[in-house]
Amino acid sequence: MPSTVFDKIWATHHVTDLPGGESLIAIDRTFLHERTGSVALESMQAAGRAPRRPDTVFVTMDHIVSTQPGRGADDARTPGGDVFITATRAAAKAAGINLIDVLSPDQGIVHVISPELGIAQPGLTLVCPDSHTCSQGALGALAWGIGSTDAEHAMVTGTLRLSKPAQMRIRIDGQLSPGVTAKDVILHIIATLGADGAKRCAVEFCGEAVEAMEIEARLTLCNMAVEFAAFTAVIAPDQKTTDYLKGRRFAPKGDAWTNALNDWARLKTDANAVFDFEHVFDAREIKPTVSWGISPAEAAPIGGHVPDTLSASVRDYTGLTGGEAMRALAVGGAFIGSCTNARLSDLRAAAKVLQGRRVADGVTAIIVPGSQAVRRAAEAEGLDAVFKAAGFDWQEPGCAFCFYAGGQTFPPGTRVISSTNRNFKNRQGPGVITHLASPAVVAASAVTGRITDPADLLGADPV
Amino acid sequence: MSGFTQHTGIAVHIQGDNIDTDQIIPSREMKTVSKTGLGAGLFAGQRYLSGRTPNPDFPLNYEDAKGATILIGGKNFGCGSSREHAVWALVDYGIKAIVAESFGEIFYNNCVRNGVLPISVSRETVDSLGQTVTIDLPAQTLDGHPFDIAASDKHMLVKGLDPIALTLDHVDAINAWETADRQKRGWAYR
Repeated sequence: MPSTVFDKIWATHHVTDLPGGESLIAIDRTFLHERTGSVALESMQAAGRAPRRPDTVFVTMDHIVSTQPGRGADDARTPGGDVFITATRAAAKAAGINLIDVLSPDQGIVHVISPELGIAQPGLTLVCPDSHTCSQGALGALAWGIGSTDAEHAMVTGTLRLSKPAQMRIRIDGQLSPGVTAKDVILHIIATLGADGAKRCAVEFCGEAVEAMEIEARLTLCNMAVEFAAFTAVIAPDQKTTDYLKGRRFAPKGDAWTNALNDWARLKTDANAVFDFEHVFDAREIKPTVSWGISPAEAAPIGGHVPDTLSASVRDYTGLTGGEAMRALAVGGAFIGSCTNARLSDLRAAAKVLQGRRVADGVTAIIVPGSQAVRRAAEAEGLDAVFKAAGFDWQEPGCAFCFYAGGQTFPPGTRVISSTNRNFKNRQGPGVITHLASPAVVAASAVTGRITDPADLLGADPV
Repeated sequence: MSGFTQHTGIAVHIQGDNIDTDQIIPSREMKTVSKTGLGAGLFAGQRYLSGRTPNPDFPLNYEDAKGATILIGGKNFGCGSSREHAVWALVDYGIKAIVAESFGEIFYNNCVRNGVLPISVSRETVDSLGQTVTIDLPAQTLDGHPFDIAASDKHMLVKGLDPIALTLDHVDAINAWETADRQKRGWAYR
């Protein structure tokens, strides 16, 4: 019977059927972070349990670490947050798992460093108590977000109990226009299908536009699958995937690499495989897109308008009345960072816009690389100098301003253009109004002080 | 964890779709590495005015909501962050069940793992619910309306089971799978 990439990975990992319709699915890798992994580790140890295979468990510090230059090993950006860092470190050492600590040269956001280190690989099952774990499906892994209790379950048993989700295929035909990025694509898709548009589905992204994307762009595309309620997203591995992974620290080596390539070659969806839902988008119709509301599904092209009729909750929170031109919206804050858009290609796109330009008066602008490796690479290219000259604050890797955890934020009522994934009420701080956008759009908007298409600044040579 | 069979309790309607876990418990309310004591942070962004004064306009603070054990929501309830703290805060507050049109998937699973019953029903059924609601999980009824739930989730909830202990009963099958898999996918083992 013809099967999908998802079916093939599911079948490989199927241990046994359980009473009541669930299956026991083997988990190859578990990733943790200090915010939700700490409690999983402590709860596991309090129950007198231990990881089945400690070598397959990784933990990093990203969510509440300070991102200030010169930070110390225990410095948190949230008051009292240091306990999450110290508890995670102690529990990780006791459990004998792979610890990527605050001051490690490998430190960074989980979904940035897992691909970077070659931990995420095609055909692996990988879980993390973090909803954006779906990002890592970009490598052809079956990767999804879970709760802390399930993380404990995965570590202790090497499995999870799962009902097989429904499957959706999203094909993006044609080529993206110059200046249109993976972020614009995913905002457009979510706006079209709705915030619960892929409810409990494993989504496969495919088509010419997806094949043309580099791995970092695919990570951005898959990152926001959870924002339209998907179980996860996956992209079939191809030459770009194997070129990306070859030689990375945790990628297979020697004969194991050859065997892996043979195994990965079968991870294609067969012709005639049946999906529960199918959607087709035309890449040429997608434009630079920015959110206007309090759900990622509430988004419009920069050249467009806020809808005429808004829900009371959007009106009350955002101060919009409906019908405003997107370009007319003034911003007081700009943030580039997060597991969505803080990789080297994202920083290059922002730097191209910011080269020789300055952030507008009254705009607070911050840029936080996704990992130490991204930071080093950016600094080697001189990108940090471009950002600093433009008036951006250049910080240390972490989740930073993607979400407020107490501590530093923007003043209430500030409109912030942000390369992150959630524009929920109060997400970036009490009363802060978030507009989701690509890094280039964030950079261009920071320069003009209002929502701006980079093409307005760069002319015929967009990002 | 005690099992869930029948329950009658006061229900509180939380208006709106896409109530995310940042709203259910803001990150700044996650103050210790613990599953307990999080009830005070439940809906903290809306439940309090400045200085923890109860906001009289928030449904949990209505006079007739005292002692509520059931939440009623719209579509995609519990979307967003995977933080299980959202469910631990609900448990700590005394919430036993949540009725909504649909749920964020991670949140749904987190509910089941912590003995909170998530019930997904139509808009019409949601709208028909009054202030006191009776749930019978073995019979799968909500004020007499039938509801669907996966047999495995129902079993876990009714019995109040520890899924890890239950899965460890299958350790022979897991070992056998791994032995065979190491032969087939040696590259996946470092």
